[in-house]
Amino acid sequence: MSNLKETFLTPLGLNNPVAVQVLGICSALAVTAQLEPAIVMGLSVTIILAVANVVISLLRNTIPNRIRIIVQLVVVATLVTIVSEVLKAFAYDVSVALSVYVGLIITNCILMGRLEAFAMQNGPVDSLIDGFGNGLGYAIILVIVAAIRELFGAGCLFGIQIIPDCVYELGYMNCGLMLMPPMALIILGCIIWFMRAKNPELQEK
Amino acid sequence: MNKNSNTYTILYATIMVIIVAFLLAFISSSLKDKQMENVKLDTKKQILSALNVKEGDVADNYQSMVKDFVLNADGTLSEQSEANFQTNYSDTTKLHVFECTVNGEKKYLFPVRGAGLWGPIWGYVALNEDKNTVFGTYFGHEGETPGLGAEIAKSFFSEQFKGKTVSKDGNIVLSVVKNGKVADSSCEVDGISGGTITSKGVDAMLKDCLKRYKSFLASAVATEANSDATNVEAAADSTAKCAATVAKEAEAKAAENAGKEGYGDFSVVEEKIQKVDSIKKEVKDELKK
Repeated sequence: MSNLKETFLTPLGLNNPVAVQVLGICSALAVTAQLEPAIVMGLSVTIILAVANVVISLLRNTIPNRIRIIVQLVVVATLVTIVSEVLKAFAYDVSVALSVYVGLIITNCILMGRLEAFAMQNGPVDSLIDGFGNGLGYAIILVIVAAIRELFGAGCLFGIQIIPDCVYELGYMNCGLMLMPPMALIILGCIIWFMRAKNPELQEK
Repeated sequence: MNKNSNTYTILYATIMVIIVAFLLAFISSSLKDKQMENVKLDTKKQILSALNVKEGDVADNYQSMVKDFVLNADGTLSEQSEANFQTNYSDTTKLHVFECTVNGEKKYLFPVRGAGLWGPIWGYVALNEDKNTVFGTYFGHEGETPGLGAEIAKSFFSEQFKGKTVSKDGNIVLSVVKNGKVADSSCEVDGISGGTITSKGVDAMLKDCLKRYKSFLASAVATEANSDATNVEAAADSTAKCAATVAKEAEAKAAENAGKEGYGDFSVVEEKIQKVDSIKKEVKDELKK
């Protein structure tokens, strides 16, 4: 049991897929200009990663070693396509809001990373927990970056104005640079720096 | 069986692909109708949004307010049946015009399509009956950057278009300019700062697509001329009314006079009334000409 707990918690902190393993950076840059798409993207990745992990874990003893990456890719792509089709039929508004991001999940390195590194060696239950843990670890970083960018770039959170008008009257201006992709990279860099400074065991000797 | 043998690998791959293909094909075909319905409903919602109708049931509102027409080469409109409802207007040989009734007023709505930074953008432009003043707009996009280009779908952007002039001297003048660079506020609106390419895309989309309706939009000039005619008529009417009041005054005076001098002068009044009537006739004849 403690093993499962550890499997779930380490990706949220010490073994975070984005901040420590530095995976899934591209999507972290693309969808973090606003909080809402960042959360939806984080949740979609979590669900798909968990399901893909279970499927691969169940198949792990039958998969031929030479085409294992292809098999993983096919599983992920199938899941993403199904999710996108179902969303279009039953939650059209959500699928419009997600637009291309659903398709982008296929290219997320975290998925391939977890399937290859964890699901291929572990049972379905462990894999499910690992999928949720890593997905949420990814989502947390996305939410932090998106909150900083939306707050300082547009003065809003979830599209609702947070910084009061009187501050603007004093001469405060939104930082347009925050909305540009390079700023996401800089914020992400700061988060990685912070994580490493706080946890000396992460530093290479 | 040896898991590393070629036979096993090929067999595994084949079976996997067949299963996945059947699964996806089944899901896609079983959900297709439902998806199509959603897309149609969403398109209707966008059209109603351009007409500033944002409440109530979408299907009902659309049914009662909007009529779908295709513009023929000779400038006439032919109505489209519900079954021919389009959600994609990429076929530029078929020019759709939607005739809409909002609060008893007639509006014309045109679909527009263009390219943004990452993918297609589209919109609906509703014009007043004069075919030259924007009544409302809707803009949509597939994957513009959130917080930048994607802002075109927000209401603050589309609201800016209300009341702007579409064409002047046969040219489409409705345009999107760089944020804060609006020179002529009668036909220009602010673009999105940081979303320059998307804003330019909207600008080009409006010009390109509305240009195709030039002949239809130009026919508004004729109706304008008609309205000029009605103006003249109104002016004539008021002149006639003036004449009538003059006649009444004359009558009253005549009555007064008659009171003083008996009915002797009544013929003079009659003469005056006849004169007024002839003036009325003249004015009307002129109008007819």
